Amino acid sequence: MCLAVPLLIKSINGKDADAEMGGVSRPVSLWLTPEAKVGDYVLVHTGYAISVLNKAEAEETLRLLVEIAAMGGVEG
Amino acid sequence: MKFIDEFRRSDLAKGLVSRIVQRSRTNVRFMEFCGGHTVAIFKYGIRQLLPPTIEMVSGPGCPVCVTSNSDIDKCIAFSQLPGVIVATFGDMLKVPGSRSSLQRAKAEGADVRMVYSALDALSMARDSTDKSVVFLGIGFETTAPTIAASILQAQEQKIVNYHVFSMHKLTPPVVKAVLDAGEVKIGGIVCPGHVSVITGSQAWEFVARDYGIPCVVSGFEPLDILQCISMLVEQVEGGRSEVEIAYSRGVCHEGNIEAQKLMHRVFQPSPAEWRGIGQVPGSGLKLREKYSRFDAERVFEIEPGESFEPDGCICGEVLRGVRTPHDCALFNSVCTPQSPVGPCMVSSEGTCAAYYLYGGDSRG
Amino acid sequence: MPRIIYMAVTAVAEQDRILLAHGSGGKMAHELISKSFIRELSNPLLAKMDDSAVVPFSGKLAFTTDSYVVSPIFFPGGDIGRLAVCGTVNDLAMSGARPLYLSLAFIIEEGFPYDDLAKIVASVKGAAREAGVQIVTGDTKVVHRGSADKLFINTSGIGMIPQGVNISGSNARPGDVVILSGTIGDHGIAVLSKREGLSFSTKLKSDCAPLGGLVADMLKASRNINCMRDPTRGGLATTLNEIAQQSNVGIRIDEEAIPVREEVMAACEMLGLDPLYIANEGKLIAVVPPADARAVLKAMRKHPYGKNAAIIGKVTDEKPGRVVMNTRIGSSRIVDMLTGDPLPRIC
Repeated sequence: MCLAVPLLIKSINGKDADAEMGGVSRPVSLWLTPEAKVGDYVLVHTGYAISVLNKAEAEETLRLLVEIAAMGGVEG
Repeated sequence: MKFIDEFRRSDLAKGLVSRIVQRSRTNVRFMEFCGGHTVAIFKYGIRQLLPPTIEMVSGPGCPVCVTSNSDIDKCIAFSQLPGVIVATFGDMLKVPGSRSSLQRAKAEGADVRMVYSALDALSMARDSTDKSVVFLGIGFETTAPTIAASILQAQEQKIVNYHVFSMHKLTPPVVKAVLDAGEVKIGGIVCPGHVSVITGSQAWEFVARDYGIPCVVSGFEPLDILQCISMLVEQVEGGRSEVEIAYSRGVCHEGNIEAQKLMHRVFQPSPAEWRGIGQVPGSGLKLREKYSRFDAERVFEIEPGESFEPDGCICGEVLRGVRTPHDCALFNSVCTPQSPVGPCMVSSEGTCAAYYLYGGDSRG
Repeated sequence: MPRIIYMAVTAVAEQDRILLAHGSGGKMAHELISKSFIRELSNPLLAKMDDSAVVPFSGKLAFTTDSYVVSPIFFPGGDIGRLAVCGTVNDLAMSGARPLYLSLAFIIEEGFPYDDLAKIVASVKGAAREAGVQIVTGDTKVVHRGSADKLFINTSGIGMIPQGVNISGSNARPGDVVILSGTIGDHGIAVLSKREGLSFSTKLKSDCAPLGGLVADMLKASRNINCMRDPTRGGLATTLNEIAQQSNVGIRIDEEAIPVREEVMAACEMLGLDPLYIANEGKLIAVVPPADARAVLKAMRKHPYGKNAAIIGKVTDEKPGRVVMNTRIGSSRIVDMLTGDPLPRIC
């Protein structure tokens, strides 16, 4: 069971949050990610946030992939 | 940064494919253990982009497919109890048991309702106090903590008519079982991305250490999968066997500690029956004694009847990666998504369903 | 010219709900018609109150029938009434016919709120006016509670096919261009957003619309259109497969060329659905010889229901009967028909 999508947290009320993606909103439970804050992107699986996404890591990954592509795929 | 489109960029995909093609020299087989990866690999036509040195094979990663017939029969039996609402994820509805399916039981009058989340099942219990809700707990480490949370929420809100039938399973024990069986020579493992969000990449260290097999945790976007394969190729060509992460925006070494805590608070490991593999010790999750009043198996008495597997169905071998759907005599003749014989065809993540829908191993 | 729906009503609306009152249409039934429907609509054909409508006709006739059982019956952007008119009108338009006359039959569950019925009738009227069709005959039955899910509608429709127009799913030829009239998945996701248990909210509306006018403009631009079909249940993927099989050709489409709204994409991601398989109720696919493609596309883009029209692929002679898609990342894969229900995926 792996389907989890990145949603942006718009508001939090206790352990419940409202999150949004592409103009579609849905309620999300923060029981598994109590540290999540408004403005965070979380991975949501069956209505629960399972992780707060790390923006810095995402950007780093993309930077690396851009380098690989620029080298024509050859190790730099 | 919205974390989706960025990881589908075709220019970056081309870069990764170039790198894989240039660097892959050794013939190698990579196995993935996650139904979501099975689907993604087909959906993005990944096999087609890889050089002939790399073979991708699917392992037992679909939680519905690995559920035993006797468990499915129990689910149907729960639905036939008077005053019970069975709440389930959609994937379970059409899975054939020994004699019937939840969908058929529903057509015959059972109250079976599809939900997207355990929270929906909890609401159902709150709204129908004259009935009992039995939620079918299916899924690996990604889902089990959410079910655990729902039980704690039920306890907090003093909801007494919410129950869970736990068929949850743990992934590392089954990876070990498949490797120990040694039926398929595996040169690298695409580790499940969202399971690893919960368990952390540490869960796969035993594979690299004890079996000398490279492991890379992958996400589900095309760039994640290609990056994962690229990193596996690097390890193979470099003679290394380590655990690496190609999904660093979501996965870390320790995992989600809070989720692990909740899961262990509510569940304890138990032996579990995996379709096609048999009993794997410590690979299942059952509710702890403290939460027994939420445990459907302890609260209700059911008579599921004798369980048996359908003739000719080789789901078990497909699940272990020993055979592909094309090797199955029933595939696409008797067994189709409209009339499935085994769960690998009916589950949206099943290997056979993926082969059927996406046209099989298409190398152009 | 105002139009009326003629109803042979076999029940009476008492207070605010439709009931099983009198078995035969009598004084009470006529009261219902005059108070509730005739006041809304009027039509000389219906005013005749004959058992069947008699209309003048000549030429090639297109004839279609459909039943509508959508749930919920009211959804963002429409309701079952509008859907019934548009669906039938579109089936006629897909053969190149000018839609003319519809029949309209209701099967209503006992206890159905009268106000809801009035709203649906108003939608029917509006859609019929927009589509330029007349509803010339109809029927209403009321069944016991539990025997129908609130309201079902059955329609049939007739239209006239102009001279020289020959459109069929078996006419596609290698080299033809495949044009899609706009964004896919809007209707299915709008309806799904109102279903219980899926709790997601969106401003998305159904694209439910009558396409007779769009088709007329397309035919003015070119009489050489080979196929047209509206991708309703089963979505774009299923419809393209049907054409590929009927014509025994291959179809190759480009993932990047297919217009999909951001909200539809997001809802599909969340539910594990594929927009290719989601129903549309105001879109069409046209298969057109390459020489005529530009003119047809231009005509479509000028029309309000075709403003997002795009060329999404072409007909080939590879893999006859199959649809293949070039993915965003440079690979290609087979796109099969829908098998079973597109249940939201959890895994």
